[in-house]
Amino acid sequence: MKNKIYSTVDEAVADIPDGATIMVSGFGEPGTPQNLISALIRQGAKNLTVISNRGGGGRNLREGIIDAGKLIERRRVKKMVCTITAALKSSITTSFDRMYQAGEIEAELVPQGTFAARIRAGGAGIGGFYTPTGVGTEIAEGKEHRMIDGREHILEGPLRADYALVHAYRADTWGNLQYRLTQRNFGPLMAAAARVTIVEVEKEIAEPGAIEPDQVNTPGVYVDRLVKIPSPPEGIWESTYWQSGKS
Amino acid sequence: MEFEDGWVVNLGAGMATMCANYDFKDQTIIFHSENGVLGYGPPAPKGKEDFHLTNASNTYTTLLPGAAIIDHDESFALIRGGHLDAVVMGAYEVAENGDLANWKITGRRGGGIGGAMDLAVGAQRVFIVMEHTTRDGQPRLRKRCLLPLTAAGAVDLVVTNLGVFDVTEAGFVLREMAPGYTPEEIQAVSEAKLRVPDDITEFQVVV
Repeated sequence: MKNKIYSTVDEAVADIPDGATIMVSGFGEPGTPQNLISALIRQGAKNLTVISNRGGGGRNLREGIIDAGKLIERRRVKKMVCTITAALKSSITTSFDRMYQAGEIEAELVPQGTFAARIRAGGAGIGGFYTPTGVGTEIAEGKEHRMIDGREHILEGPLRADYALVHAYRADTWGNLQYRLTQRNFGPLMAAAARVTIVEVEKEIAEPGAIEPDQVNTPGVYVDRLVKIPSPPEGIWESTYWQSGKS
Repeated sequence: MEFEDGWVVNLGAGMATMCANYDFKDQTIIFHSENGVLGYGPPAPKGKEDFHLTNASNTYTTLLPGAAIIDHDESFALIRGGHLDAVVMGAYEVAENGDLANWKITGRRGGGIGGAMDLAVGAQRVFIVMEHTTRDGQPRLRKRCLLPLTAAGAVDLVVTNLGVFDVTEAGFVLREMAPGYTPEEIQAVSEAKLRVPDDITEFQVVV
């Protein structure tokens, strides 16, 4: 078996070129690959197309979380493919929204279920699907319409990426992954939809067999690179999880 | 409360989440969150948070016995596939034909679709909770939505601070009204025509 383990997040993202398309997992904080994003910021790749649920901000989100918004703030992102460009609450403003209003970044806004299904389609080799979501709205403009079982649908295409950055709870050296609770969100979908999938692992990278086969959430066939997140302060852990003393 | 025993319900952010604080007594309601939770409970008490467990509003939540965790595609397959009995969401405007606008303000690029379009199209019943008028007194119950649509013909029921409105083939029916108001007063702050049945009642304020 080819070695998938990298000793640092910086090595794991070193070859990402300018102009790459990158999927970034996470919904709120759980599942967000904060260490890999930090490494990509240090690495300096720019003109990126980023596929992620949102580009920073969000209700009740902790200050200082390192998500796709941090890449946008540093002007590394040419285009976002996401489900939200602006918060519904005017009290929450983001660099992304300000830059988008000023025409400094492109955005493709996708309904969240369509967004997830397009990523799944990308990973599953499906050329697209018909969905009733968005019919009669701006989202449907210019898209193929079809009546199926008496209901109007629109055609949506797959999303694929050069790289996926994913955060998992536990892995084995073959790249089999487990997520804990709501860390899972986009991880299994994005891992399958990228040419190179890079995973930061929270608890351990164990020997094959350590994860029960029927407890594997993402099989290792989708995973190319694994990095164990170091202990703080070098590594970034979800919220204050580390300090809480749990493992 | 409009929910029935055994329903799977999604509560949108903001006012709608207050429904979770209601005492459902012996009814079991399974609350769904877009980020892949079926069967969440009350917010986690301070100091007892599990940092791997949040809901779609990014608040630390808890799981009740019988809960399940699913990925994001399955979470929305469940919604789109008609397995959600009801969604409760906020809105900017609702029209008498059931059109819903809640993701974008006119004249501003982009907006916040999130899960709203899928939820409005996929849930068996779409309940809207909103203030009856905008901050500057404009009506939110419209003949036609002025703002960009989230979904066409999707809304079943609207609850405002002034009344409970069924959305029917014939438009809005004022089923219940807030204590101290008359149907005429509620009509005066609504653009759409309200139908008023003979058996209209006052609603119980639950906070």
